[in-house]
Amino acid sequence: MKGTVYTETVVWMPPEQFVADAPYQLVIIDVEGGKRITARITGERVQIGDAVDLADTMDGIAYFKRC
Amino acid sequence: MRPVAVAGIGKTAFGAFADKDLRTLAVEAARACLADAGVEPSAVDAFYLGNFAGPSFVGQNHLAPYIAGELGLGNVPATRFEAACASAGAAFAHAWSAVASGMHEAALVVGVEKMTSQTTAKVAEILAAAGDVQREGKAGATFPALFAMIARRHMYQYGTTREHLAAVAVKNHANGAKNPQAHMRKVVTMEQVLAGKPVADPLTVYDCSLVSDGAAAILIMSADRVNAHNRVQVLACSQTSDHLALEDKADITSLPAVRLAAERAYKMAGLTAADIDLAEVHDCFTIAEILAMEELGFCQKGEGGPYVASGATTLTGAKPVNTSGGLKSKGHPVGATGVAQLCDLVIQMRGQAGERQVPRNRIGLAQNLGGSGATCVVTILGAV
Repeated sequence: MKGTVYTETVVWMPPEQFVADAPYQLVIIDVEGGKRITARITGERVQIGDAVDLADTMDGIAYFKRC
Repeated sequence: MRPVAVAGIGKTAFGAFADKDLRTLAVEAARACLADAGVEPSAVDAFYLGNFAGPSFVGQNHLAPYIAGELGLGNVPATRFEAACASAGAAFAHAWSAVASGMHEAALVVGVEKMTSQTTAKVAEILAAAGDVQREGKAGATFPALFAMIARRHMYQYGTTREHLAAVAVKNHANGAKNPQAHMRKVVTMEQVLAGKPVADPLTVYDCSLVSDGAAAILIMSADRVNAHNRVQVLACSQTSDHLALEDKADITSLPAVRLAAERAYKMAGLTAADIDLAEVHDCFTIAEILAMEELGFCQKGEGGPYVASGATTLTGAKPVNTSGGLKSKGHPVGATGVAQLCDLVIQMRGQAGERQVPRNRIGLAQNLGGSGATCVVTILGAV
């Protein structure tokens, strides 16, 4: 699943269940085909407009990586 | 609909109060309000409570009669309204419509939240449930993260800068430093805000409202029952809604619920944005005040950053915004905020704001936002 970064942030103060993950990059992705989803980035940090591809799905969280 | 007026207001200070529980705070604000109005509890014929997450924060549910009973309100209808950070605004909107329609004569609206007995991570988790838990929360979205993503997109689309965001914090802290009931009575500089500890990029701790305990109360009655001296009337009130999740919105830099609530309120009051003398707006995060300026029509879309940075909304500006210090400095006990904003407008409109008193104080607007824009309540008060 390919898409484009619509917006992003790096979360430094996480909710209780994700304390071990912080800091992590949270994004909203414009997925090809018109849908938009909230997801995380794995690997290199991304910026608005970057092309990304689905890398993994774990515990219901979609992880994208820069193309 | 008949005219409705403010009969009394009451607030606790906002802060971290280890010795005061939720009920104590609510009762303190309500009793101050009844004393201000000069009426006995028996004069109240309906009770409306704004509270976001009492069951999660303090483990108590069925909160409206829990507080009404302690106040000695007898057997009046008592209902809790939950609309995230717009809980008190929603409670007020329903109270206003009940008095305006003639169903009730005197409605007491209290907003309360007790937040500081939980850890920061637990507070973040409870607040995150005001967003869409399945679509946002499960991915690790906190509320600062949602507004950080809005800020990033606003910067990308309109050239809003980090300094524009900081200008909101600097202004609101300058105002809050003059408010004896504010949580953080501290002036902050642009440099401090920019160098603040990161919460969710680009937002630092100085871009985020405070985690506070506190309560606020307002008593409204049919206008003919309120003394004409110093009377503040409710000219308009409008509640709207929108999608919970940012991913379901066409453009996350817009708050359509705010724009619509404002348009309807202006129409109801027969006013325009230019007629508003002062406003209390929902600055849960600095970017939220910038968006509010645009959606309320105080400036054009995309120009909220430069507008705030111009000084137009300071105490001496053309349109003072958040003279109380806002959620940023006054504090943000989420379920109390919507009513606290109205109390702060009334204080200004009565000329009781002391060091932060503004000279033009006839028409005041309050904008209360729930979640990342899924509930909005806009209320316009007029000194008549």
